[in-house]
Amino acid sequence: MQTNFFRKIIFDEKSRSLLIQTLVIGLFALFIYLITQQTAYNLEKRGISSGFDFLHISAGYDISIRLIPFTSEDTHLRAYFVGLLNTLMIAVCGCFLATIIGFLVGIIRLSSNWLFRNIAYVYVEFTRNVPVLVQIILYYSILLNLPKIKQAIVIFDNFYLTNRGFFSPSPIFKDGFSIVAWSLVIAIIFTFFLKRFLKKKQEETGKQYPTFMINSAIIIFTPIIFYYIMGMPLEFDSPVLKGFNFKGGMVIRPEFLGMLFGLSIYTAAFISETVRSGIISVSKGQREASQALGLKSNFIMRLIIIPQALRVIIPPLTSQYLNLTKNSSLGIAIGYADLVHGFGGISLNQTGRAIEIMMMVMLTYLTISLTISFFMNLYNKSVQFKGNA
Amino acid sequence: MSATTIQIISRSKYYNWLVKNLFSSWVNTILTVIALIFVYQVGSFFLNWAIFDADFRYNFQGELIIDRGFCSKNIMPGEYGACWAIIFARWNQFMYGLYPIEEAWRVNLIYALLPLAIIGILFDKIPFRRYFIYFTFIFPFLAYFMLYGGPGLSVVGTNKWGGLLVTLFLGVTGIGLAFPLSILLALGRRSKMPIIKSLCVVFIEFIRGVPLITLLFTANVMLPLFLPDGVNPDNLLRALVAVTLFQSAYMAEAIRGGLQAIPRGQVEAAQSLGLSYWQTTRKIVLPQALKIAIPPIVNTCIGLFKDTSLVLIIGLFDLLGIGRAALADMTWTKLYYEVYVFISLVFFIFCFGMSRYSLYLEKKLKTDNS
Repeated sequence: MQTNFFRKIIFDEKSRSLLIQTLVIGLFALFIYLITQQTAYNLEKRGISSGFDFLHISAGYDISIRLIPFTSEDTHLRAYFVGLLNTLMIAVCGCFLATIIGFLVGIIRLSSNWLFRNIAYVYVEFTRNVPVLVQIILYYSILLNLPKIKQAIVIFDNFYLTNRGFFSPSPIFKDGFSIVAWSLVIAIIFTFFLKRFLKKKQEETGKQYPTFMINSAIIIFTPIIFYYIMGMPLEFDSPVLKGFNFKGGMVIRPEFLGMLFGLSIYTAAFISETVRSGIISVSKGQREASQALGLKSNFIMRLIIIPQALRVIIPPLTSQYLNLTKNSSLGIAIGYADLVHGFGGISLNQTGRAIEIMMMVMLTYLTISLTISFFMNLYNKSVQFKGNA
Repeated sequence: MSATTIQIISRSKYYNWLVKNLFSSWVNTILTVIALIFVYQVGSFFLNWAIFDADFRYNFQGELIIDRGFCSKNIMPGEYGACWAIIFARWNQFMYGLYPIEEAWRVNLIYALLPLAIIGILFDKIPFRRYFIYFTFIFPFLAYFMLYGGPGLSVVGTNKWGGLLVTLFLGVTGIGLAFPLSILLALGRRSKMPIIKSLCVVFIEFIRGVPLITLLFTANVMLPLFLPDGVNPDNLLRALVAVTLFQSAYMAEAIRGGLQAIPRGQVEAAQSLGLSYWQTTRKIVLPQALKIAIPPIVNTCIGLFKDTSLVLIIGLFDLLGIGRAALADMTWTKLYYEVYVFISLVFFIFCFGMSRYSLYLEKKLKTDNS
């Protein structure tokens, strides 16, 4: 009787898997219990308090790169948001630049010119086989080795390249500039509808319109016209050398530039490979068929090749964006005040709340990662094959 | 056929190649000229800096011979050549860290044996492969004994390890430990048991969703809090834990890709023969899945090898850490380019080698299957 019962548990698939899972859960719970007990004991022994009350204590340190105002009297919670915004800023700028470089290099890799294609190949192999951290530090030290403020490299009279960063004039918006900005927004919305209208017209009549040229003209000239109508409501405040530093204008710090170059040059190498394999994956017959139909070569690229290549490109591109975002945490090595450097580094050292802070930082990155993959998946769905499941 | 015709044919072959690849149209010709100028500019700049104008006067024994001002001056590359003296002077540190120099032969021995230990896994058609595989399994114990020390050898604590030794140690050990773990994770993720599956999914997605640096921080700061008194892993071990967990999640995804490529019929056929789950997995599924998964696995290994440079941030002296320490020396503070170019080159050699190997495997897989 008893042996039968055990037999049943071991040889019946359902009850066996139930048994295994119960065991696993039990062990897991025991593991968690032991660790929390031990941690609580260790924390008490070392006199470390816990909880999230530290978020409302003033941080006591300054952050030089920030998108929202921050002084050393502000709280750790605000330091968290400053860091988060810096992380997002570098991630967005990096993804943008990496995509542009990556697509360019990917297309050059397929060029019929042997020399061109191999220059791109050398670039790809050298950048993707060297750690991104080494590259970030290398570019940062090049930026730090630029001339001092007094001997700044001057570009177009008002831009200065120095070892303290890139100084450029900052725009001052006067009354009426909002109308110019709105005219741009309205122009963009208008071109969107115009494109649809012209496409419909084309489908009805078969006549082709230079949609792209018309729309570009509208988007470029509308704001310019309004700019002059409103009496040029935009001025620039140029940086002027006063004493040991520039006054006025705005500055892009070498920490930001170093991160931007490092991340985007590194990630672009990977993106170029996905772009290349995406374009290769479109079968030769597609190109030949569209040539047989008499399409012009730029139409073939835009209407036939790229839409099909995108299906292959989007999923790996997503993971490259994710990698870039995660790699932006390396700012700590050169002092770029991102989430890990400011909140995860200095705040952690000051408050000693390692568990809470690391938990917050990790969950933030998880949320960012999941959000990016969610939106890229949506986009991916919109470019995939439709209908023929 | 006379000699002249052969000459003409062979010349026209090169000529055809040139026309086709470089001068097919006037646009292409212009591009070629631009590219040539670019290559000449960049190439001559770099070669002048790195070799022709460079200073090699410094020997491996670390004898200070030169009194050369510009090695410690704030210079732009192009004004002077490289000053490779820093690499020669710090060569031992780059290779072994602070490992006692009279014991460095132990590290050298392990460096020399490492290729023998992995060659059996990398290539399947070498003579005496079986013995190489045996050696692979002995190697970790041998390496531990030689590097750390034990009976007969003086103990060298891991705080003395550094440079390439730490980089290779973290890379190779991390990959070696992550491999079995990742197989379990990949199988668990495809398991029919909901609890095991969700545990694996949560673990993999969590690790893949956060940057390695946060894991390193966590291991560095929190591991001592989790463990009982007396159990206090040193810094290198903490980093190793983080690196292994990190790598296992990525590798598990690569293996899962391989598992998904196995047709269901294989499993069903094995089951109908009466094989159990573990028999099916070990004898039918895994051998096929791993074979498909090796190229992506190698790619994750390249990623991990590069990522070992991150341990510098938690205060370990890997290759990059040693480089930065060298730059902190007053004599050398301005020699960034020399140090970072050298480190880049070392990483490049390893990573490029691995990526070539991965390409070779992909080609081999294609011919094997067709």
